[in-house]
Amino acid sequence: MPILETQELTYTYSQGTPFEKTAVDHVSLKIEEGELIGVMGHTGSGKSTLIQHFNGLLRPTSGKILLEGKDIWENKEKIRDVRFKVGLVFQYPEYQLFEETVYKDIAFGPKNMGLDDAEIKRRVYATAHDIGLSEELMERSPFELSGGQKRRVAIAGVMAMEPKVLILDEPTAGLDPAGRDKILGHIKAYHQRTGNTTLIVSHSMEDIASFADRILVMSKAKLFCFDETVKVFSRAEEIAQIGLDVPQITKVFMKLKKQGLDFGKEVYTVGYAKDLLMKHLNAREGL
Amino acid sequence: MENIIEIKDLHFCYEAEDEDSQPAEVLKGIDLNIKQGEFVAVLGHNGSGKSTLAKHLNAILLPTSGKVTVNGIDTADESRIFELRQCAGMVFQNPDNQIVSSIVEEDVAFALENLGVPYEEMRRRVDESLKAVNMYEYRLHSPTQLSGGQKQRVAIAGIIAMEPKCIILDEPTAMLDPQGRKEVLAAIKRMNREKGITIVLITHYMEEAAQCGRVVVMDKGRVVLDDKPEKVFSQVDKLKSIGLDVPQVTELAWELKKSGLDISPEIISEDECVEAILRIFGNK
Amino acid sequence: MLRDITIGQYFPGNSVIHKLDPRFKIIITILYIVMLFTGDSLLCLVVGAVYTVMAILLSRIKLKMFVKSVKPIIPFLVITAVINLLLVNSGEVLWRWKFFKITDEGINISLFMIIRIVLLIAGTSILTYTTSPITLTDAIERLLSPLKKLHFPVHELAMMMSIALRFIPTLIEETDKIMSAQKARGAEIDTGSFMNRARNLISILVPLFISSFRRADELATAMECRCYNGGEGRTRLRQLKSSARDYIALAVTVMFLAAAIIVAQMTK
Repeated sequence: MPILETQELTYTYSQGTPFEKTAVDHVSLKIEEGELIGVMGHTGSGKSTLIQHFNGLLRPTSGKILLEGKDIWENKEKIRDVRFKVGLVFQYPEYQLFEETVYKDIAFGPKNMGLDDAEIKRRVYATAHDIGLSEELMERSPFELSGGQKRRVAIAGVMAMEPKVLILDEPTAGLDPAGRDKILGHIKAYHQRTGNTTLIVSHSMEDIASFADRILVMSKAKLFCFDETVKVFSRAEEIAQIGLDVPQITKVFMKLKKQGLDFGKEVYTVGYAKDLLMKHLNAREGL
Repeated sequence: MENIIEIKDLHFCYEAEDEDSQPAEVLKGIDLNIKQGEFVAVLGHNGSGKSTLAKHLNAILLPTSGKVTVNGIDTADESRIFELRQCAGMVFQNPDNQIVSSIVEEDVAFALENLGVPYEEMRRRVDESLKAVNMYEYRLHSPTQLSGGQKQRVAIAGIIAMEPKCIILDEPTAMLDPQGRKEVLAAIKRMNREKGITIVLITHYMEEAAQCGRVVVMDKGRVVLDDKPEKVFSQVDKLKSIGLDVPQVTELAWELKKSGLDISPEIISEDECVEAILRIFGNK
Repeated sequence: MLRDITIGQYFPGNSVIHKLDPRFKIIITILYIVMLFTGDSLLCLVVGAVYTVMAILLSRIKLKMFVKSVKPIIPFLVITAVINLLLVNSGEVLWRWKFFKITDEGINISLFMIIRIVLLIAGTSILTYTTSPITLTDAIERLLSPLKKLHFPVHELAMMMSIALRFIPTLIEETDKIMSAQKARGAEIDTGSFMNRARNLISILVPLFISSFRRADELATAMECRCYNGGEGRTRLRQLKSSARDYIALAVTVMFLAAAIIVAQMTK
């Protein structure tokens, strides 16, 4: 059974007004437990609207969202429980910090779940460790921290609810390369440790290429494709056409193909590109 | 060509918050000259001092010691501050927080209104600036109706309306999506090419820096590299050690060279990379 | 959702009324209010009603919008009418129950009050419907500019107004975003006990304040970088030019005002 499933999910903004706009149009997809998924789509493609349905922040105009096989809107009163099971980290989450101390801020979600103090404490420290925040930061004010640290506190705040599905909307936006690698590394390590399902929205295909099992691409409110990373990259040209950024290295190999040098493989990381080129060269020398 | 920006032994400390703490020295002796018409990228990770340096170029911050002159004006000379700011315009990271007016064209006119430019002249400059960044058709829109890239281009128009000699852009694309980044970078390049405006682009996107004429790399308050982009990026090890990336094509060339292939490590564009690979395979 | 709320009720258009100089529009609106308050008989209001209908037609804004503008004050109208109906004792008694009585004069006065308020709302709506908030601010600044001599901070107030107008939509969007983010952390904002909701409100207000201060700080720097130095010596891109049209509109309004005054004198 998929952990998360949508059936013909449709969402229309400002229905019945001149500003009516369908942001998600009949999207059906299945996400299996434990997957690490990259979500792509340019601004206005409907990807943000889609992910806000996964934890019940938005209610579909039509269609269904099933969490562990159960319609999340079956019982409206229980929608809060869905938010604990599907954690959503928004873009620039550091702007939602509000507590006096880092500890209290991370504990906000678990507290809302009604957990006892001992369990809250365990979770706060465990997630702080996972996301790379040292213990002496816990009693500091979150507003004194550096930008990257603030971002990690905010992510920890959602992780501490220990959701089965963790969704992060552009967790690396505005960070420098080192900060970006650090956060992605922590998220990946957390995923491996807990075996949870993780969805990462990113504009950077280079980032997504390096970690995702499957890639979900939205375009013009519709599901453009949802497939294994290799297969999605085999459609690199189409993806570039819908306005998304293809990794530079993929573009190079697309150009080589046009020039008649076809390696017959989809290339999307530098390491793979190097191995592929060296293998071909060695094979030639062997002849 | 003459230097438009001259920085001599610039040191800067933020004042200590309380008596116990040491004042943090953010810039530790910077010497940098930029010529009229140059297109310079300043690279560095967060906290390397690159934004602090940018803020010195139009007197948002003043040196603790050392000297910064722009177009011959000492930034510490308070009496010439408006002259300085007109000459060195500044574009910031967050497009929302630098647009003052609810109407695009009035925002572009803001600086001119402040400078008391007469109406006819103002009208001409506003229209020209909006056309220069391809935003003329949006002149009567509200900024809230625009995308991030469009807002940032409006902000650039607001600066070029002052007819500055140089523009300093402090991570103008950090909050934009790839489409917006392309639009903004294209607008900046055009300003440099067509109007000869000196550009200082603070960024941490290597692809953007690769398109500039000169790259200055900062780390811990110092300039550590300052050269043409292909020379700077060929130092992959050094860049990685200070937490920066290189373009993927440069990294590939570098990896291939390490494996013993005859390939130039100074590759920074896709086409150069394609050509080099074709050559390697063609020769065999 | 918050972002569905429209701020300012400006409907862009190209009618004669839209094209009037906003300074004249403000003066005309003031004269209009005076017109409605010149007399206290129904006949007086006929003049105002004719004027209003004429202006509405000229503005080419749908009548529906004016009905909408009056809607929120209907409860207020009903209460005013009932009080006047029951408390006015003079005139011919038409109906009586215990110590309540309704007189013809009571009906007259109630009707008069209702019509006056409806005209007042509909008429002033024409101003806000046909003039963008930013233009209005600008016109107010210029109308009040003689007060600068008395050291009244006219420019500063206008600048504050226009920055507020600029940032209201941005802050609404931001509030929306923070609300969603806290809801995703299980904060109950729409549901739950009052105490819970009040506590959770803090989780929205604190980030909102912090971000507003940050925005204010960045905006101030950006303004300084663009040579902002107060109102002294500023020129403006927006030129307010009065034309023959504005004087004609003013003249017509003055004529109607005169007519209203004459009717008021006659019906005294």
